[in-house]
Amino acid sequence: MRPVFVAGTYATAVAEHWNRTALSLASEALHGALAASAHPPVGALYVANALGAAIGMQSNLAPAIAQAAGLTGIEILSLDGGGAAGGLAIRQAMLAVASGMHEAVAVVGVEKVSDVLDAQREAAVALLSDGDWEGVHGVTQTAQWAMVMRKYMHDYAVTPLDFAPFAVNAHANAVANTHALYRFAISADKFKSAGMVADPLCLLDCATMADGAAALIITAQPVTQCGRTVRIGGSGVATDTLALHDRADLLDLTAIRLASQRALTQAGCALTDVQLYDLDDAHGICAVLALEAMGIAPRGSGTTLGSTGSIQPDGSVPLALAGGCKARGDMVGALGVYQLVELTAQLRGTATTQVPGATVAMAVCMAGIANTAVAHVLIGM
Amino acid sequence: MELARHWRVRHARYRLEGSRHVQTGEIAFPPRDGAAWQSYPLSGRGTLCTYAVVHQPPAGHTGEVPYMVAIIQLAEGPRITAQLTDCDVGDVTMGMEVQMVTRLLEDMGADGLLVYGYKFRPLI
Repeated sequence: MRPVFVAGTYATAVAEHWNRTALSLASEALHGALAASAHPPVGALYVANALGAAIGMQSNLAPAIAQAAGLTGIEILSLDGGGAAGGLAIRQAMLAVASGMHEAVAVVGVEKVSDVLDAQREAAVALLSDGDWEGVHGVTQTAQWAMVMRKYMHDYAVTPLDFAPFAVNAHANAVANTHALYRFAISADKFKSAGMVADPLCLLDCATMADGAAALIITAQPVTQCGRTVRIGGSGVATDTLALHDRADLLDLTAIRLASQRALTQAGCALTDVQLYDLDDAHGICAVLALEAMGIAPRGSGTTLGSTGSIQPDGSVPLALAGGCKARGDMVGALGVYQLVELTAQLRGTATTQVPGATVAMAVCMAGIANTAVAHVLIGM
Repeated sequence: MELARHWRVRHARYRLEGSRHVQTGEIAFPPRDGAAWQSYPLSGRGTLCTYAVVHQPPAGHTGEVPYMVAIIQLAEGPRITAQLTDCDVGDVTMGMEVQMVTRLLEDMGADGLLVYGYKFRPLI
Protein backbone atom coordinates (compact mmCIF):
# COMPACT_ATOMS: atom_id res chain seq x y z
CA MET A 1 0.00 0.00 0.00
CA ARG A 2 1.39 3.40 -0.96
CA PRO A 3 0.87 6.70 0.90
CA VAL A 4 -2.10 8.87 -0.07
CA PHE A 5 -2.45 12.62 0.08
CA VAL A 6 -5.13 15.28 0.17
CA ALA A 7 -5.07 17.55 -2.89
CA GLY A 8 -7.83 20.09 -3.53
CA THR A 9 -10.59 20.64 -0.99
CA TYR A 10 -13.80 22.65 -0.97
CA ALA A 11 -16.86 23.06 1.25
CA THR A 12 -20.04 25.02 0.58
CA ALA A 13 -21.58 27.24 3.19
CA VAL A 14 -23.69 25.30 5.69
CA ALA A 15 -27.19 26.76 5.61
CA GLU A 16 -30.82 26.20 4.77
CA HIS A 17 -30.26 26.46 1.03
CA TRP A 18 -33.91 26.89 0.04
CA ASN A 19 -33.05 27.72 -3.57
CA ARG A 20 -30.53 24.92 -4.12
CA THR A 21 -30.75 21.19 -4.80
CA ALA A 22 -28.43 18.49 -3.47
CA LEU A 23 -26.99 18.23 -6.97
CA SER A 24 -26.29 21.96 -7.09
CA LEU A 25 -24.47 21.88 -3.76
CA ALA A 26 -22.50 18.75 -4.63
CA SER A 27 -21.51 20.18 -8.01
CA GLU A 28 -20.23 23.38 -6.44
CA ALA A 29 -18.14 21.37 -3.97
CA LEU A 30 -16.73 19.00 -6.60
CA HIS A 31 -15.88 21.81 -9.06
CA GLY A 32 -14.23 23.71 -6.23
CA ALA A 33 -12.10 20.78 -5.13
CA LEU A 34 -11.09 19.81 -8.67
CA ALA A 35 -10.01 23.39 -9.42
CA ALA A 36 -8.16 23.89 -6.13
CA SER A 37 -4.99 22.04 -7.10
CA ALA A 38 -3.17 20.33 -9.95
CA HIS A 39 -3.53 16.54 -9.88
CA PRO A 40 -3.87 13.59 -12.27
CA PRO A 41 -7.34 13.01 -13.76
CA VAL A 42 -9.66 11.46 -11.16
CA GLY A 43 -10.37 7.79 -11.85
CA ALA A 44 -13.42 7.48 -9.61
CA LEU A 45 -16.06 9.55 -7.82
CA TYR A 46 -17.28 8.45 -4.38
CA VAL A 47 -20.47 10.11 -3.11
CA ALA A 48 -21.71 10.12 0.49
CA ASN A 49 -25.34 11.02 1.20
CA ALA A 50 -27.25 9.75 4.23
CA LEU A 51 -30.81 10.94 3.91
CA GLY A 52 -31.69 11.62 0.27
CA ALA A 53 -33.55 8.33 -0.08
CA ALA A 54 -35.00 8.25 3.44
CA ILE A 55 -36.67 11.66 3.09
CA GLY A 56 -37.84 10.79 -0.41
CA MET A 57 -35.80 13.42 -2.27
CA GLN A 58 -33.28 11.60 -4.46
CA SER A 59 -31.20 8.50 -4.12
CA ASN A 60 -28.26 7.46 -6.32
CA LEU A 61 -26.93 10.99 -6.80
CA ALA A 62 -23.51 9.96 -8.08
CA PRO A 63 -24.25 9.73 -11.83
CA ALA A 64 -25.83 13.20 -11.78
CA ILE A 65 -22.90 14.69 -9.88
CA ALA A 66 -20.49 13.09 -12.34
CA GLN A 67 -22.49 14.52 -15.23
CA ALA A 68 -22.52 18.01 -13.71
CA ALA A 69 -18.74 17.86 -13.34
CA GLY A 70 -18.25 16.73 -16.95
CA LEU A 71 -17.14 13.31 -15.72
CA THR A 72 -19.89 11.13 -17.24
CA GLY A 73 -18.47 7.66 -17.77
CA ILE A 74 -16.40 7.72 -14.58
CA GLU A 75 -16.52 4.88 -12.03
CA ILE A 76 -18.76 5.77 -9.09
CA LEU A 77 -19.62 4.50 -5.61
CA SER A 78 -22.54 5.73 -3.48
CA LEU A 79 -22.53 5.35 0.31
CA ASP A 80 -25.46 5.85 2.67
CA GLY A 81 -23.92 4.92 6.02
CA GLY A 82 -25.75 7.62 7.97
CA GLY A 83 -23.51 10.14 9.69
CA ALA A 84 -20.56 7.85 8.94
CA ALA A 85 -21.12 8.01 5.17
CA GLY A 86 -18.57 10.77 4.52
CA GLY A 87 -15.89 8.95 6.49
CA LEU A 88 -16.69 5.66 4.78
CA ALA A 89 -16.36 7.30 1.35
CA ILE A 90 -12.97 8.78 2.25
CA ARG A 91 -11.82 5.41 3.59
CA GLN A 92 -12.79 3.69 0.34
CA ALA A 93 -11.16 6.41 -1.76
CA MET A 94 -8.01 6.06 0.31
CA LEU A 95 -7.97 2.29 -0.30
CA ALA A 96 -8.53 2.76 -4.04
CA VAL A 97 -5.55 5.11 -4.32
CA ALA A 98 -3.30 3.26 -1.85
CA SER A 99 -3.84 -0.01 -3.71
CA GLY A 100 -2.68 1.51 -6.98
CA MET A 101 -6.08 1.09 -8.63
CA HIS A 102 -6.43 4.84 -9.15
CA GLU A 103 -4.00 7.78 -9.16
CA ALA A 104 -6.67 10.19 -7.94
CA VAL A 105 -10.20 9.80 -6.54
CA ALA A 106 -12.77 12.52 -5.85
CA VAL A 107 -14.95 12.28 -2.74
CA VAL A 108 -18.14 14.35 -2.36
CA GLY A 109 -20.37 14.40 0.70
CA VAL A 110 -23.72 16.12 0.32
CA GLU A 111 -26.83 16.49 2.45
CA LYS A 112 -30.05 18.37 1.69
CA VAL A 113 -32.42 18.23 4.65
CA SER A 114 -34.21 21.59 4.67
CA ASP A 115 -36.88 20.59 2.14
CA VAL A 116 -38.79 18.51 4.71
CA LEU A 117 -40.35 19.35 8.07
CA ASP A 118 -38.72 18.40 11.37
CA ALA A 119 -40.95 15.36 11.96
CA GLN A 120 -40.14 13.84 8.57
CA ARG A 121 -36.43 14.47 9.10
CA GLU A 122 -36.52 12.95 12.60
CA ALA A 123 -38.23 9.85 11.19
CA ALA A 124 -35.59 9.53 8.47
CA VAL A 125 -32.73 9.89 10.97
CA ALA A 126 -34.39 7.35 13.29
CA LEU A 127 -33.96 4.78 10.51
CA LEU A 128 -30.21 4.98 11.12
CA SER A 129 -30.94 3.04 14.32
CA ASP A 130 -33.18 -0.06 14.58
CA GLY A 131 -36.47 0.66 12.81
CA ASP A 132 -38.42 -2.36 14.12
CA TRP A 133 -37.26 -2.32 17.75
CA GLU A 134 -36.45 1.34 18.44
CA GLY A 135 -37.94 3.60 15.76
CA VAL A 136 -41.45 2.13 15.98
CA HIS A 137 -41.67 3.40 19.56
CA GLY A 138 -41.14 7.01 18.51
CA VAL A 139 -37.53 7.00 19.61
CA THR A 140 -35.53 9.64 17.75
CA GLN A 141 -31.75 9.73 17.56
CA THR A 142 -31.83 12.79 19.81
CA ALA A 143 -33.95 10.85 22.33
CA GLN A 144 -31.40 8.04 22.27
CA TRP A 145 -28.56 10.42 23.06
CA ALA A 146 -30.78 11.91 25.78
CA MET A 147 -31.20 8.44 27.32
CA VAL A 148 -27.45 7.88 27.17
CA MET A 149 -26.89 11.31 28.75
CA ARG A 150 -29.34 10.61 31.57
CA LYS A 151 -27.59 7.32 32.33
CA TYR A 152 -24.25 9.16 32.34
CA MET A 153 -25.59 11.88 34.65
CA HIS A 154 -26.99 9.21 36.97
CA ASP A 155 -23.83 7.07 37.07
CA TYR A 156 -21.32 9.91 37.39
CA ALA A 157 -23.32 12.57 39.24
CA VAL A 158 -23.03 15.32 36.64
CA THR A 159 -25.70 17.79 35.49
CA PRO A 160 -26.83 19.00 32.05
CA LEU A 161 -24.92 22.23 32.66
CA ASP A 162 -21.65 20.26 32.89
CA PHE A 163 -22.02 19.63 29.13
CA ALA A 164 -22.40 23.35 28.31
CA PRO A 165 -18.67 24.07 27.67
CA PHE A 166 -18.79 21.89 24.54
CA ALA A 167 -21.54 23.99 22.94
CA VAL A 168 -19.98 27.25 24.17
CA ASN A 169 -16.59 26.28 22.67
CA ALA A 170 -18.17 25.20 19.36
CA HIS A 171 -20.02 28.49 18.98
CA ALA A 172 -16.98 30.59 19.91
CA ASN A 173 -14.88 28.78 17.31
CA ALA A 174 -17.51 29.18 14.57
CA VAL A 175 -17.65 32.99 14.77
CA ALA A 176 -14.71 33.30 12.33
CA ASN A 177 -15.84 30.46 10.04
CA THR A 178 -17.63 32.04 7.08
CA HIS A 179 -19.10 28.63 6.16
CA ALA A 180 -20.65 27.96 9.57
CA LEU A 181 -24.40 27.84 10.16
CA TYR A 182 -24.29 29.79 13.44
CA ARG A 183 -21.60 32.48 13.65
CA PHE A 184 -22.36 33.79 17.13
CA ALA A 185 -21.14 33.03 20.62
CA ILE A 186 -23.38 31.61 23.35
CA SER A 187 -22.98 31.69 27.12
CA ALA A 188 -23.46 28.98 29.74
CA ASP A 189 -26.32 31.10 31.14
CA LYS A 190 -28.11 31.04 27.79
CA PHE A 191 -27.51 27.27 27.63
CA LYS A 192 -29.07 26.89 31.06
CA SER A 193 -32.30 28.63 30.07
CA ALA A 194 -32.83 26.86 26.71
CA GLY A 195 -36.00 24.79 26.19
CA MET A 196 -35.95 21.01 25.99
CA VAL A 197 -35.74 19.00 22.74
CA ALA A 198 -35.45 15.62 24.41
CA ASP A 199 -35.11 16.08 28.15
CA PRO A 200 -32.29 16.19 29.43
CA LEU A 201 -31.01 17.55 26.06
CA CYS A 202 -31.86 21.23 25.63
CA LEU A 203 -31.98 23.18 22.38
CA LEU A 204 -28.46 24.59 22.89
CA ASP A 205 -27.11 21.07 23.46
CA CYS A 206 -28.47 19.92 20.08
CA ALA A 207 -26.86 20.45 16.70
CA THR A 208 -28.97 21.67 13.81
CA MET A 209 -29.08 19.55 10.69
CA ALA A 210 -28.51 21.71 7.64
CA ASP A 211 -27.69 21.62 3.93
CA GLY A 212 -24.18 21.51 2.58
CA ALA A 213 -21.64 19.70 0.45
CA ALA A 214 -17.91 19.18 0.77
CA ALA A 215 -15.40 17.56 -1.55
CA LEU A 216 -11.78 16.56 -1.61
CA ILE A 217 -9.40 14.95 -4.07
CA ILE A 218 -7.23 12.10 -2.82
CA THR A 219 -4.02 11.45 -4.74
CA ALA A 220 -1.02 9.13 -4.80
CA GLN A 221 1.38 11.99 -5.51
CA PRO A 222 2.06 14.57 -2.79
CA VAL A 223 0.38 17.90 -3.46
CA THR A 224 1.82 20.94 -1.73
CA GLN A 225 -0.38 23.89 -0.88
CA CYS A 226 0.61 26.83 1.31
CA GLY A 227 4.00 25.12 1.66
CA ARG A 228 2.46 22.07 3.31
CA THR A 229 1.66 18.53 2.23
CA VAL A 230 -1.19 16.69 3.96
CA ARG A 231 -1.16 12.90 4.05
CA ILE A 232 -3.97 10.62 5.23
CA GLY A 233 -1.82 8.69 7.66
CA GLY A 234 -4.45 6.23 8.80
CA SER A 235 -8.08 5.41 8.77
CA GLY A 236 -10.24 2.96 10.65
CA VAL A 237 -13.83 1.75 10.49
CA ALA A 238 -15.67 -0.23 13.17
CA THR A 239 -19.21 -1.28 14.04
CA ASP A 240 -21.32 -1.83 17.15
CA THR A 241 -24.84 -3.18 17.67
CA LEU A 242 -27.48 -1.37 15.60
CA ALA A 243 -29.84 -1.08 18.58
CA LEU A 244 -28.56 0.81 21.60
CA HIS A 245 -30.34 -1.52 24.06
CA ASP A 246 -28.31 -4.52 22.85
CA ARG A 247 -25.07 -3.13 24.31
CA ALA A 248 -23.77 -4.50 27.58
CA ASP A 249 -22.46 -1.03 28.46
CA LEU A 250 -24.62 1.87 27.24
CA LEU A 251 -21.83 4.37 27.93
CA ASP A 252 -19.05 2.66 25.96
CA LEU A 253 -18.88 3.75 22.32
CA THR A 254 -16.95 0.64 21.28
CA ALA A 255 -16.99 1.45 17.57
CA ILE A 256 -15.28 4.80 18.18
CA ARG A 257 -12.63 3.14 20.36
CA LEU A 258 -11.89 0.48 17.72
CA ALA A 259 -11.97 2.87 14.74
CA SER A 260 -9.67 5.40 16.40
CA GLN A 261 -7.22 2.69 17.49
CA ARG A 262 -7.15 1.27 13.96
CA ALA A 263 -6.53 4.69 12.44
CA LEU A 264 -3.73 5.49 14.91
CA THR A 265 -2.08 2.10 14.38
CA GLN A 266 -2.08 2.54 10.62
CA ALA A 267 -0.70 6.06 10.99
CA GLY A 268 2.01 4.87 13.37
CA CYS A 269 0.91 7.54 15.82
CA ALA A 270 0.19 7.53 19.53
CA LEU A 271 -2.83 9.36 20.90
CA THR A 272 -0.43 11.88 22.45
CA ASP A 273 0.79 12.83 18.96
CA VAL A 274 -2.66 14.15 17.95
CA GLN A 275 -2.90 17.91 18.44
CA LEU A 276 -6.52 18.55 17.51
CA TYR A 277 -9.75 16.68 16.91
CA ASP A 278 -13.04 17.03 15.15
CA LEU A 279 -15.77 14.75 16.50
CA ASP A 280 -19.35 13.92 15.54
CA ASP A 281 -20.50 16.17 18.37
CA ALA A 282 -24.21 16.84 17.86
CA HIS A 283 -24.55 16.93 21.67
CA GLY A 284 -22.07 17.43 24.50
CA ILE A 285 -22.58 13.81 25.54
CA CYS A 286 -21.37 12.65 22.09
CA ALA A 287 -18.06 14.46 22.54
CA VAL A 288 -17.68 13.31 26.15
CA LEU A 289 -18.23 9.63 25.32
CA ALA A 290 -16.02 9.82 22.22
CA LEU A 291 -13.18 11.33 24.27
CA GLU A 292 -13.60 8.56 26.85
CA ALA A 293 -13.81 5.81 24.21
CA MET A 294 -10.63 7.06 22.56
CA GLY A 295 -8.83 7.05 25.90
CA ILE A 296 -8.32 10.82 26.06
CA ALA A 297 -10.38 11.06 29.25
CA PRO A 298 -10.89 8.34 31.90
CA ARG A 299 -14.41 6.90 32.18
CA GLY A 300 -16.79 9.32 33.85
CA SER A 301 -14.47 12.32 33.66
CA GLY A 302 -14.97 13.58 30.09
CA THR A 303 -16.89 16.69 31.13
CA THR A 304 -13.85 17.98 33.04
CA LEU A 305 -12.09 18.51 29.68
CA GLY A 306 -14.81 21.08 29.06
CA SER A 307 -14.82 22.72 32.49
CA THR A 308 -11.03 23.07 32.53
CA GLY A 309 -10.88 24.65 29.06
CA SER A 310 -8.84 21.78 27.60
CA ILE A 311 -11.14 21.60 24.55
CA GLN A 312 -10.56 25.24 23.61
CA PRO A 313 -8.18 26.17 20.76
CA ASP A 314 -5.30 26.81 23.18
CA GLY A 315 -6.04 23.74 25.31
CA SER A 316 -4.53 20.25 25.22
CA VAL A 317 -7.46 18.67 23.31
CA PRO A 318 -8.78 21.33 20.91
CA LEU A 319 -12.20 20.37 19.56
CA ALA A 320 -14.67 21.74 17.02
CA LEU A 321 -12.32 24.41 15.68
CA ALA A 322 -14.63 25.16 12.74
CA GLY A 323 -17.67 25.10 15.04
CA GLY A 324 -18.36 21.37 15.24
CA CYS A 325 -21.82 19.97 14.57
CA LYS A 326 -23.34 22.42 17.07
CA ALA A 327 -22.31 25.67 15.37
CA ARG A 328 -20.91 24.80 11.95
CA GLY A 329 -23.94 22.56 11.53
CA ASP A 330 -24.55 18.85 11.07
CA MET A 331 -24.64 17.80 7.42
CA VAL A 332 -25.05 14.10 8.38
CA GLY A 333 -23.69 12.15 5.39
CA ALA A 334 -21.43 15.03 4.36
CA LEU A 335 -19.97 15.52 7.84
CA GLY A 336 -16.96 13.24 7.42
CA VAL A 337 -15.89 15.12 4.30
CA TYR A 338 -16.37 18.53 5.95
CA GLN A 339 -14.19 17.32 8.81
CA LEU A 340 -11.29 16.43 6.53
CA VAL A 341 -11.63 19.68 4.57
CA GLU A 342 -11.47 21.61 7.86
CA LEU A 343 -8.60 19.59 9.34
CA THR A 344 -6.62 19.85 6.08
CA ALA A 345 -6.93 23.63 6.43
CA GLN A 346 -5.59 23.33 9.99
CA LEU A 347 -2.53 21.39 8.79
CA ARG A 348 -1.97 23.91 5.97
CA GLY A 349 -2.18 26.74 8.48
CA THR A 350 -5.16 28.35 6.76
CA ALA A 351 -7.99 27.59 9.19
CA THR A 352 -10.16 30.41 10.50
CA THR A 353 -9.67 29.33 14.13
CA GLN A 354 -6.15 27.95 13.83
CA VAL A 355 -4.13 25.74 16.17
CA PRO A 356 -0.65 27.17 15.47
CA GLY A 357 1.84 24.71 14.00
CA ALA A 358 -0.55 21.73 14.02
CA THR A 359 0.87 18.65 12.27
CA VAL A 360 -1.39 15.75 13.39
CA ALA A 361 -5.19 15.88 13.50
CA MET A 362 -7.92 13.28 13.92
CA ALA A 363 -11.53 13.19 12.70
CA VAL A 364 -14.24 10.85 13.94
CA CYS A 365 -17.72 10.52 12.49
CA MET A 366 -20.44 7.99 13.19
CA ALA A 367 -23.89 6.68 12.32
CA GLY A 368 -26.69 6.53 14.90
CA ILE A 369 -25.39 6.01 18.42
CA ALA A 370 -22.00 5.01 16.99
CA ASN A 371 -23.30 1.80 15.44
CA THR A 372 -20.71 2.64 12.80
CA ALA A 373 -17.66 4.82 13.41
CA VAL A 374 -14.93 6.06 11.09
CA ALA A 375 -11.69 7.72 12.19
CA HIS A 376 -9.03 9.40 10.08
CA VAL A 377 -5.59 10.66 11.09
CA LEU A 378 -4.18 13.47 8.96
CA ILE A 379 -0.47 14.29 9.02
CA GLY A 380 0.89 17.61 7.76
CA MET A 381 4.47 17.85 6.49
CA MET B 1 -49.21 -0.10 4.32
CA GLU B 2 -46.28 -1.92 5.94
CA LEU B 3 -48.74 -4.66 6.93
CA ALA B 4 -46.32 -7.58 6.76
CA ARG B 5 -43.63 -5.63 8.59
CA HIS B 6 -45.79 -5.37 11.71
CA TRP B 7 -47.63 -8.68 11.31
CA ARG B 8 -44.49 -10.82 11.27
CA VAL B 9 -43.38 -9.54 14.69
CA ARG B 10 -46.86 -9.77 16.26
CA HIS B 11 -45.92 -12.35 18.90
CA ALA B 12 -43.06 -10.21 20.15
CA ARG B 13 -45.13 -7.03 20.03
CA TYR B 14 -48.33 -8.35 21.62
CA ARG B 15 -47.11 -10.81 24.23
CA LEU B 16 -43.41 -10.05 24.52
CA GLU B 17 -42.36 -13.38 23.13
CA GLY B 18 -38.59 -13.79 23.00
CA SER B 19 -36.32 -16.75 22.41
CA ARG B 20 -34.44 -19.26 24.57
CA HIS B 21 -31.30 -21.00 23.36
CA VAL B 22 -31.83 -24.75 23.67
CA GLN B 23 -28.23 -25.45 24.74
CA THR B 24 -27.04 -22.41 26.69
CA GLY B 25 -30.39 -21.28 28.09
CA GLU B 26 -29.67 -17.70 26.99
CA ILE B 27 -32.82 -15.60 26.75
CA ALA B 28 -33.03 -13.18 23.81
CA PHE B 29 -35.33 -10.39 22.73
CA PRO B 30 -36.21 -9.63 19.93
CA PRO B 31 -36.78 -13.31 19.06
CA ARG B 32 -33.99 -15.04 17.18
CA ASP B 33 -34.21 -17.22 14.11
CA GLY B 34 -32.70 -20.67 13.82
CA ALA B 35 -33.08 -24.20 15.10
CA ALA B 36 -31.07 -23.48 18.26
CA TRP B 37 -33.69 -21.02 19.51
CA GLN B 38 -37.14 -21.85 20.84
CA SER B 39 -39.99 -19.48 21.61
CA TYR B 40 -39.94 -18.13 25.15
CA PRO B 41 -42.58 -15.83 26.66
CA LEU B 42 -41.09 -13.10 28.82
CA SER B 43 -42.69 -12.00 32.09
CA GLY B 44 -42.91 -8.34 31.10
CA ARG B 45 -41.30 -7.34 34.39
CA GLY B 46 -38.17 -5.23 34.55
CA THR B 47 -36.42 -2.14 35.84
CA LEU B 48 -35.87 1.26 34.27
CA CYS B 49 -32.34 1.51 32.88
CA THR B 50 -32.67 5.04 31.48
CA TYR B 51 -35.26 7.31 29.84
CA ALA B 52 -35.80 10.57 27.98
CA VAL B 53 -38.72 12.90 27.33
CA VAL B 54 -39.38 13.55 23.63
CA HIS B 55 -40.51 17.06 22.71
CA GLN B 56 -39.52 16.96 19.01
CA PRO B 57 -41.15 13.80 17.64
CA PRO B 58 -40.73 11.90 14.38
CA ALA B 59 -43.55 11.62 11.84
CA GLY B 60 -46.17 9.19 13.14
CA HIS B 61 -45.85 10.39 16.75
CA THR B 62 -46.51 14.13 16.44
CA GLY B 63 -49.79 14.00 18.37
CA GLU B 64 -48.25 12.39 21.44
CA VAL B 65 -45.70 14.93 22.72
CA PRO B 66 -44.31 15.12 25.24
CA TYR B 67 -43.86 11.38 25.72
CA MET B 68 -41.28 9.28 27.53
CA VAL B 69 -39.07 6.67 25.90
CA ALA B 70 -36.96 4.26 27.90
CA ILE B 71 -34.57 1.36 27.92
CA ILE B 72 -35.87 -1.38 30.23
CA GLN B 73 -33.74 -4.08 31.82
CA LEU B 74 -36.03 -7.12 31.60
CA ALA B 75 -36.05 -9.57 34.50
CA GLU B 76 -34.92 -12.41 32.19
CA GLY B 77 -31.82 -10.51 30.98
CA PRO B 78 -32.39 -8.75 27.66
CA ARG B 79 -32.85 -5.00 27.39
CA ILE B 80 -35.67 -3.46 25.40
CA THR B 81 -36.60 0.01 24.10
CA ALA B 82 -40.20 1.16 24.64
CA GLN B 83 -42.36 4.07 25.72
CA LEU B 84 -43.30 4.65 29.34
CA THR B 85 -47.03 5.04 29.86
CA ASP B 86 -49.66 5.51 32.59
CA CYS B 87 -47.37 7.86 34.54
CA ASP B 88 -46.07 11.43 34.61
CA VAL B 89 -42.44 12.54 34.39
CA GLY B 90 -42.50 13.30 38.08
CA ASP B 91 -43.36 9.65 38.86
CA VAL B 92 -40.30 8.28 37.09
CA THR B 93 -37.08 7.34 38.86
CA MET B 94 -34.02 5.55 37.58
CA GLY B 95 -34.10 1.87 38.48
CA MET B 96 -37.82 1.79 39.25
CA GLU B 97 -39.75 -1.43 38.66
CA VAL B 98 -41.94 -1.51 35.55
CA GLN B 99 -44.29 -3.93 33.80
CA MET B 100 -45.35 -4.43 30.21
CA VAL B 101 -48.78 -3.35 28.97
CA THR B 102 -50.26 -3.40 25.46
CA ARG B 103 -51.02 0.00 23.98
CA LEU B 104 -51.46 1.76 20.63
CA LEU B 105 -47.98 2.54 19.25
CA GLU B 106 -48.92 4.39 16.09
CA ASP B 107 -52.07 5.46 14.25
CA MET B 108 -51.27 5.62 10.53
CA GLY B 109 -54.43 7.49 9.66
CA ALA B 110 -57.81 6.71 8.06
CA ASP B 111 -56.33 4.44 5.40
CA GLY B 112 -53.47 3.08 7.50
CA LEU B 113 -52.78 0.66 10.29
CA LEU B 114 -53.32 0.92 14.00
CA VAL B 115 -50.05 -0.50 15.28
CA TYR B 116 -50.34 -2.02 18.75
CA GLY B 117 -47.52 -3.26 20.91
CA TYR B 118 -45.78 -3.12 24.26
CA LYS B 119 -45.22 -0.12 26.47
CA PHE B 120 -44.15 -0.17 30.12
CA ARG B 121 -45.77 1.36 33.19
CA PRO B 122 -44.71 1.60 36.83
CA LEU B 123 -45.29 -1.78 38.53
CA ILE B 124 -48.68 -1.96 40.17
